Amino acid sequence: MFNTSKHNGEFSDLDVVVCVKHVPETAEAELRIDKTGKAIEKTSLVFDINEWDDYALEEAVRIREKQGGTVTVITVGAQDSESTLRKCLARGADTAIRLTDPKFENSDAYAIAKILHSAIKNLHYDLILLGAQAGDDGSAMVGPILAEMLNIPHATMTKKIELNTGTAKVNRELEGGLEEQLEIKLPALFAVQTGINEPRYVSIMGIRKAMQKEIKVMGLADTGLTEADVGPAGSWTTIEKLYVPPVEKQAEFLKGTPEEIATKIADIVKSRGLI
Amino acid sequence: MAKIFVLVEHRQGRLRDITFEMLTKANELTEKTDAETTAVLLGNNIVEHAKTLTEYAKTVLLVQDPKLENFNSEAYRKILAKLITEHKPSLVMMGHTSYGIELAPRLATALGTPLATDCLDLTFEADGLAVTRQMYGGKVNVKAMLRKAETYMTTVRQATFTAEKPATPPNGQIAEVPSLLTEEIAEKRFLQYVLPPSGGVDITAAEKLIGIGRGIKDQTNMSMIEELAKTLGAVLACSRPIVDKGWLPSDRQVGSSGKTVKPKLYLALGISGAFQHVLGMKSSDLIIAVNKDPKAPIFSFADYGIVEDLFKIVPALKGKIYELKGQKA
Repeated sequence: MFNTSKHNGEFSDLDVVVCVKHVPETAEAELRIDKTGKAIEKTSLVFDINEWDDYALEEAVRIREKQGGTVTVITVGAQDSESTLRKCLARGADTAIRLTDPKFENSDAYAIAKILHSAIKNLHYDLILLGAQAGDDGSAMVGPILAEMLNIPHATMTKKIELNTGTAKVNRELEGGLEEQLEIKLPALFAVQTGINEPRYVSIMGIRKAMQKEIKVMGLADTGLTEADVGPAGSWTTIEKLYVPPVEKQAEFLKGTPEEIATKIADIVKSRGLI
Repeated sequence: MAKIFVLVEHRQGRLRDITFEMLTKANELTEKTDAETTAVLLGNNIVEHAKTLTEYAKTVLLVQDPKLENFNSEAYRKILAKLITEHKPSLVMMGHTSYGIELAPRLATALGTPLATDCLDLTFEADGLAVTRQMYGGKVNVKAMLRKAETYMTTVRQATFTAEKPATPPNGQIAEVPSLLTEEIAEKRFLQYVLPPSGGVDITAAEKLIGIGRGIKDQTNMSMIEELAKTLGAVLACSRPIVDKGWLPSDRQVGSSGKTVKPKLYLALGISGAFQHVLGMKSSDLIIAVNKDPKAPIFSFADYGIVEDLFKIVPALKGKIYELKGQKA
């Protein structure tokens, strides 16, 4: 699996698979729960690549640039997730796979991992990268589940990856600013934490190139899975309802023009003896 | 008798807070049913930890092995898979921590046990285990049901349950179980702990902090905030995205993966208030938050909130403070 003859004899080609998710950007959006009570209204939201996956893709492209090989991006999502795959191709991925089927809808992280596994197990890979979590459900599960299904070692919360022949040294984020360094045999799966690198912007050249690349589309029938494996039937968890988090305490809101608000803040701070 | 397993989390000789938070929740659940709380403790030379845990759990399952000196998810997976298969607990709880995140999904898959992560609450209902979690960075709560099973697994958010010693001491028994590890885990080895280099500023010592977040939008806006900090005599701190972008060094990060601070003033600018950040600053004496989203979670932790564009507030506030300082002088 490890070809050591290329690239100055120092590094070998690596085939990297990156799992990405197409998610709504919600950090600064005001969210509403829809009529079903089980999802949010998404029509007014902008969708993009999951922030954590963005770092995973960048890491994969950097590895390919340094030591050769390929980068394949893969997603489970509806047809509109195509835009996220195009973005990945524009940023340097070589090939893309979209797993789309109405039966995949409402899959939880476990069912998503099964769907990803069904496609990835037939690919050649030395490394699988993905975000440590997704900004929508935040379950942080898909990576380790996929690693178990593929029977390869893994690390989550990865802040640094240093590749050697057949192994990788990775730093994992613990709590309170502490990290741990592990040595892991390849092939392996790493779920990366934000901040591991600085994702690049898409170049015009990249966008042009991406337009010509083909995206392979697979449905349930192509995966070898059954209806019972995916969607709610194949999931560990089912959403009963969504609701606005109860407010235990609410800030006293300061209102007025910016000048008036500034005066109020300054007075409060001064009254505490802090000016 | 039905059991609830709590995986004890410890590091560098210390039992971590999440352990006691989970044990408290487990005891609350076992009180309602006829189950028993079992603390599962894996490590090396940790009898002292086991003794401490007897004050919280009816049973402490202890596995000691030099190969468990440091956390290794593969070693834990092997041992826990056997213990869970043997004891068939109704629930296995772990922290939604770096360790729990590394271990739980893989162990659950190996055992075919339904798992819900990052839980804020757990309730046994007629149809099975119901959990409360959050989505979209804490903006929405979710009630979810786990698929019916003999054993459920959950990871639990830190600082969600308040740790309390049981009113009636359980006088727990320590049951030592031999380790089944025959050799080191070859595919995944712990090398060392790493502390990122310090940037020279100790935000935990500051009396006044200005915390900045994603709402700053662009690095060129930093200078405006720095000027305000200078005028106010405050130190700049931040939430994770600012460190990720490289605008401030990692020792300025407030939150679960950064520092815990307790200044006299925490002025949060453009911080939405994801729990990871809030965990590190909610005990500040005075919290004032500026955010454009009126529903931003930070407003449930702040004393005063301002729903406004921070770029309008910051220059005005700088001017006001400058004025007040002038009067004083």
